[in-house]
Amino acid sequence: MADKKKVLVACGAGIATSTVVNSAIEEMAKENNLKVDLVQIKIAEVDSHVDSADLLVTTAMTKKEFPFPVINARSFLTGIGTDDTKKQILEELKK
Amino acid sequence: MSELVFDESVILLDIEGSTKEEILSAMGNNLVDKGLVKESFINAIIAREGEFATGLPTAGFSVAIPHTDVEHVNRKTISVGVLRNAVDFGVMGDESETTSVKLVFMLAMNEAHSQLALLQKLMQVFQNEETLKYLVSQTDKTSIKNHLEDKLDFAALKGGE
Repeated sequence: MADKKKVLVACGAGIATSTVVNSAIEEMAKENNLKVDLVQIKIAEVDSHVDSADLLVTTAMTKKEFPFPVINARSFLTGIGTDDTKKQILEELKK
Repeated sequence: MSELVFDESVILLDIEGSTKEEILSAMGNNLVDKGLVKESFINAIIAREGEFATGLPTAGFSVAIPHTDVEHVNRKTISVGVLRNAVDFGVMGDESETTSVKLVFMLAMNEAHSQLALLQKLMQVFQNEETLKYLVSQTDKTSIKNHLEDKLDFAALKGGE
């Protein structure tokens, strides 16, 4: 049984696209009976969570390297490639 | 939750401009004139777009959803801009790519985290090629307003419980 993962959900302003992505992940976790700790933030705030997070899902770009995987979630907004993104996220959550 | 402002006055047709900055200024100025956002909104939204692009390569016509921090906003609104000629915007989450945008949805949001239903509906609009085609082809603001009100389910959003 995997531990509860701390997932950062980030976008540029932390108010619009991250809200949509946050809700999509919440729903996925529920469907798959996975417990996640979702934290919705601005991408600039990732640094302050760097020690505790397991995954970053973001619609914004980031050049930085983080000690956890980073998944681009633009597909939740465009509807193109959503299944692939979901699969990637699920794989990370189940690790 | 305060009511969202959405009427013909925030719908701009046939916007001319050759850069995303010109388009953002034109749409932002209109919102400043209406008192919906503070003057600082325009620079903030241009800076934010430069740093975190919001172009979405959707099916049919690419859209952009520029937005910025809540402190620049007086009243919540979604301003719709149909561009005369498509303009390049950076692709969200990808600094190396641009996409040719024909429709801009400028979001002025004044409360973080309280607009999920509206945003989800908006993303559904982007995923509907027919709707995007319709919006781009319209020359009448009222048709655009009515169509979007229907798609975004404004009656439910405004009426609340």
